[in-house]
Amino acid sequence: MSAQFMQYLLTGLTVGAIYALLALGFSIIFNASHVINFAQGEFVMIGGMAAVSLTAAGLPYLLAVPLAIAAAALVGLALEKFAVEPARGASVVTLIIITIGASIFLRGLAMLVWDKNLHPLKPFTGDTPIAIGGATILPQSLWVLGVTLAIVLALSWFFGRTLLGKAMLATSHNRLAAELVGINVRMVLFLSFGLSAALGAIAGILIAPITLTSYDVGVMLGLKGFAAAILGGLGSGMGAVVGGLVLGIAETMSAGYLSSAYKDAIAFVIILAVLFFMPSGLFGKRGGERV
Amino acid sequence: MLQRLASPRTGGLLALAAAIVLLPFLLSNSYFYDIAILVGLNAIVCVGLNLLIGYAGQISLGHAGFFGLGAYGSAILASRYGWPPLAAMLTTTLAVAALAFLVGRPILRLKGHYLAMATLGLGIIIFMVITTEDKFTGGPDGLSVVPFSIGEYTLRGERLWYWIVGALLLFAVWLALNLIESPAGRALRALHSSEVGAEVVGIDAARQKVMVFVISAVFASVAGSLAAHYSGFVTPGKVAFFHSIELVTMVVFGGMASTFGAVVGAAVLTTLPQLLTVFKDYEMMVFGAVMMGTMIFLPRGVVPSLGRLLELRRQGAASRSDPRT
Repeated sequence: MSAQFMQYLLTGLTVGAIYALLALGFSIIFNASHVINFAQGEFVMIGGMAAVSLTAAGLPYLLAVPLAIAAAALVGLALEKFAVEPARGASVVTLIIITIGASIFLRGLAMLVWDKNLHPLKPFTGDTPIAIGGATILPQSLWVLGVTLAIVLALSWFFGRTLLGKAMLATSHNRLAAELVGINVRMVLFLSFGLSAALGAIAGILIAPITLTSYDVGVMLGLKGFAAAILGGLGSGMGAVVGGLVLGIAETMSAGYLSSAYKDAIAFVIILAVLFFMPSGLFGKRGGERV
Repeated sequence: MLQRLASPRTGGLLALAAAIVLLPFLLSNSYFYDIAILVGLNAIVCVGLNLLIGYAGQISLGHAGFFGLGAYGSAILASRYGWPPLAAMLTTTLAVAALAFLVGRPILRLKGHYLAMATLGLGIIIFMVITTEDKFTGGPDGLSVVPFSIGEYTLRGERLWYWIVGALLLFAVWLALNLIESPAGRALRALHSSEVGAEVVGIDAARQKVMVFVISAVFASVAGSLAAHYSGFVTPGKVAFFHSIELVTMVVFGGMASTFGAVVGAAVLTTLPQLLTVFKDYEMMVFGAVMMGTMIFLPRGVVPSLGRLLELRRQGAASRSDPRT
């Protein structure tokens, strides 16, 4: 394995882990409500920008990070309460427009609360690159990979072992049946937005020291996260993680070996190519439409 | 005769024609004409897009791509290669139709959010090609376009363009209404309610969907070509994802499956940003809030919601005047 290949792989994994966190957010909300939340990218922005402000105000990371995540989660809960819940039963297009409206609103708000500039966040633990097999990796990238792995494990424990997680899973399979066995479906919906927003914020805080952050950082990240979720198959947790990593690696490889001008287009070329042959993504539910 | 006039089809067309003829009395300067022309061009795109979204029930989050291909195709052929604008526009339209036909079949097999993703991806790829291939397109800086001319005659001035766009909008609405009333249109509505059901009664769902996809792409492309020649300049902004969203919002805001709703939606959402400039820094927030608010409170769109309200009032009035109830 050449050093160059190794370098692209490590970079791709880091970016892919961020996409995976976003895709997980998309999938959790989709499972609970069948809504695609186009404001998912804004949670990334809120997490990153809030962490920048809080640390600039002198707070230590141990305090600033949980506060930034909590801020994004609150925005997520508010989004569900005031925009998604009142529009229950609306068509897919209507819900898409509502969440896009919400993302424009949040971006406009961020522009007022903060500004239009790019902001750096200090890396968690220094910025001396570590050498691995001829390539180098930033300590922050290790944070990204480690935290993402921890979150994936925590989520699989949450959905597989806890009552609340199982309730959320049950709601995604059959809403009516879940309601009949006494699951508070509305609460599940509400919480799913909070959980997704928290995941988005974590992604935003993790990536901010590497790529900087600004009020409009969520636009492209949100679309890529959606692409990752679709690539893996909507609603599949494993699909979201695989989809994110595949997109991240493919993007970095093609930027390195082919053309960096089309780096942002690669994700969409891949998604179109996959959907042409596998109309429900890599791990999506197969089978026909119910008549 | 009177009954025919009062039908939504003929009556609506007449009302639209009257609105187009009477509007210039309110347009006191060329700025207002400019906005009216933009409304008309957006309305043409929306009437086509509404066939796809409102009648066939298929989402497209990438129609700005077709609009952009129309604009840039005309601009490049006419301005860089000196083609006559009419020939450039026709060639571009045919090319866009061919592209829509080619990608239509695999893309329209997808459903719901997967279709949304695929059309979104298509739009973004077109956008990136246009911003990156700056040798042809001028990249992010855009490209200036020669005025539209037929033979020796050059089309100039807002007033002339107003009448051309107005006439084309009327023609587009007439085409759309005819299509909806034709067997093809009924087939589209059938597959909107149930694709399997439509196939059972012998409708080739895939073919119908591709047909309406191509038609909507052609409407967008023609509007794009005209917009390029009218404004004399093209920039990637009109090809961006956000413009696709604006177009879909216009259709849904006006009312899905309502051709006149699409025109109303285009009119309101094209003029709204002009009005919102008074909010200065808050402009973006207000726009987002308006998008959310109208979709939450009028999920069926303005025109169908108003129609329903009128219907209810009429029923209410009828039951009051009837002494037996």
